[in-house]
Amino acid sequence: MSIEIAGVSRRFGDFVALEDINLSVPTGQLTALLGPSGGGKSTLLRIIAGLENADSGTVEIEGTDATRLPARKRNVGFVFQHYAAFKHMTVARNVAFGLEIRKQSKKQVEERVREMLRLVHLEQFADRYPAQLSGGQRQRMALARALAIEPSVLLLDEPFGALDAKVRKELRDWLRRLHDDVHVTTVFVTHDQEEALEVADQIVVINQGRIEQIGTPDELYDQPASDFVLSFLGPVTTLGGRLVRPHDIEVTTAPVPDAVPGTVTRWTRIGYEVRLEVTPVAGGEPILVQLTRTEALHRGLGEGIGVWLRESSPVNGSAAPAAVLA
Amino acid sequence: MTSPTLTQVRRRGPRRRARAATALTPAAGVGLGIALIWFSILVLLPLSAVVITTTEGGWATFWETIRQPQTWAAIKLTVGEAVLVTLTNVVFGTMIAWVLVRDRFWGKRVLEVIIDIPFALPTIVAGLVLLALYGPNSPIGVDVANTRIAVYLALLFVTTPFVVRTVQPVLLELDPETEQAAQSLGASRFTTFRRILIPALAPAITAGAALSFARAISEYGSLVLLSGNLPMRTEVTSVRILTYIENGNMAAAASVASLLLLVALFAIVALDVISRRVARR
Repeated sequence: MSIEIAGVSRRFGDFVALEDINLSVPTGQLTALLGPSGGGKSTLLRIIAGLENADSGTVEIEGTDATRLPARKRNVGFVFQHYAAFKHMTVARNVAFGLEIRKQSKKQVEERVREMLRLVHLEQFADRYPAQLSGGQRQRMALARALAIEPSVLLLDEPFGALDAKVRKELRDWLRRLHDDVHVTTVFVTHDQEEALEVADQIVVINQGRIEQIGTPDELYDQPASDFVLSFLGPVTTLGGRLVRPHDIEVTTAPVPDAVPGTVTRWTRIGYEVRLEVTPVAGGEPILVQLTRTEALHRGLGEGIGVWLRESSPVNGSAAPAAVLA
Repeated sequence: MTSPTLTQVRRRGPRRRARAATALTPAAGVGLGIALIWFSILVLLPLSAVVITTTEGGWATFWETIRQPQTWAAIKLTVGEAVLVTLTNVVFGTMIAWVLVRDRFWGKRVLEVIIDIPFALPTIVAGLVLLALYGPNSPIGVDVANTRIAVYLALLFVTTPFVVRTVQPVLLELDPETEQAAQSLGASRFTTFRRILIPALAPAITAGAALSFARAISEYGSLVLLSGNLPMRTEVTSVRILTYIENGNMAAAASVASLLLLVALFAIVALDVISRRVARR
């Protein structure tokens, strides 16, 4: 295990940011700390980096106890949401910073900088200043700077949070590919469940200072340990008093046992997908249903039509029998 | 002759990109005009007057005045003290700004206000305060009246706010994350300070230093009471200039003033060069 966190707690005054966190981050993997804002995930990342102190507990990095080590001695690469670029230095000097501190020879530094800039596709920007780069380019520079020192772990704090949607998507794919090439143990913080599900090997869901669940994207999606995890990973709706995903609802136009009867009150088509709002006959909040357009047409659905709804595959962890997943 | 060229320019002006850099809109033209006139009346005219008065006496008068032992001593003292005071301000002003921006402590708001008092106080009042505190009747038993330390203290008192007030806003804008980034890359506190903070603050520190130096070489009110104006020992140039004026020797007064002008100009240029060097590292 590359990072071993045991019993870490942190309070800011009365606010409990982290409470008794125990976590192992496997070597060479891409781990996401996922959770809502203010849930403590960034604090945890900063404690791993040594930029923040834990009130109690220990942090081990690659087998050595780092709890009391200052940030500069942890050999950790850290990428900040707002780039934290050294504005008075060129891109090349930014990347060279950590190497110069390690007293490497001029030739070594130059070589490594060139290699890093090639890796992040910024070779032609070496002599520019950060202010002359776009947000995405700045973040890639920050990544090159962090990777240049060959860190034992790479930590990214909402690395794409300040970028617009399209660039965010590109960088996300690119980070995944980069990680497949470089294989450095990576932990990144995000509040975007799609980002976590798409990029990470392992996801740690953190909420209100506690770990809700740890698992692969598949495990989390198929066996959410709590309603919180279920609802955080995508849209949910309430059917017969239980939380379910809108696309896990079976729709029929004829009565079936254990089904909730209702009427289609809204029909929205988005590309290949159809979203229905079904108002239960018994009253209450409308139930959301997602299905493909073909399926919807095949079943002859439309606004005003009476339908029966039931769960097609129960996913809620507490109720899901293991056999279903196998 | 000129009218065809003008219409030509007017017609073609907006289309020619090369002209775009210097082309002014009518409003901007008026603004620039007003700014230049204002600047000329308030600054350029008096400065030229001083230089002209100097030249009236001729080169010989200028040299004679400067080399007169009492005057030369005053110039040396003033410039020397100003340099010393400026250096002190660079160090302590930056430190005070740092404390005000980065630290939280009881009474911070009060300190924020007190910093500006030397600005607001009429200098002669500052002189009285200093005389009461560090003069012959000092309640704390420190009597530096009629010494060079008095000059230093008085100058320090009136120039303290400059570096603090120029550095503070820049420090506020500075992202603490850049320092954390430097640390995570292995930089010690000192390296972070030297390679990240100082270059970022250099222009502000320089600006403050220039203001502080300029104020120090021209200071009069706050030090006349405490320093005693002893010829060859604690007499500064502003006092010397006043003596020349009182004796009706305008050419000599202007000569010393011109020299101070030159020193100030040199100091500002030198500081600017230093600041660029540091910021580029």
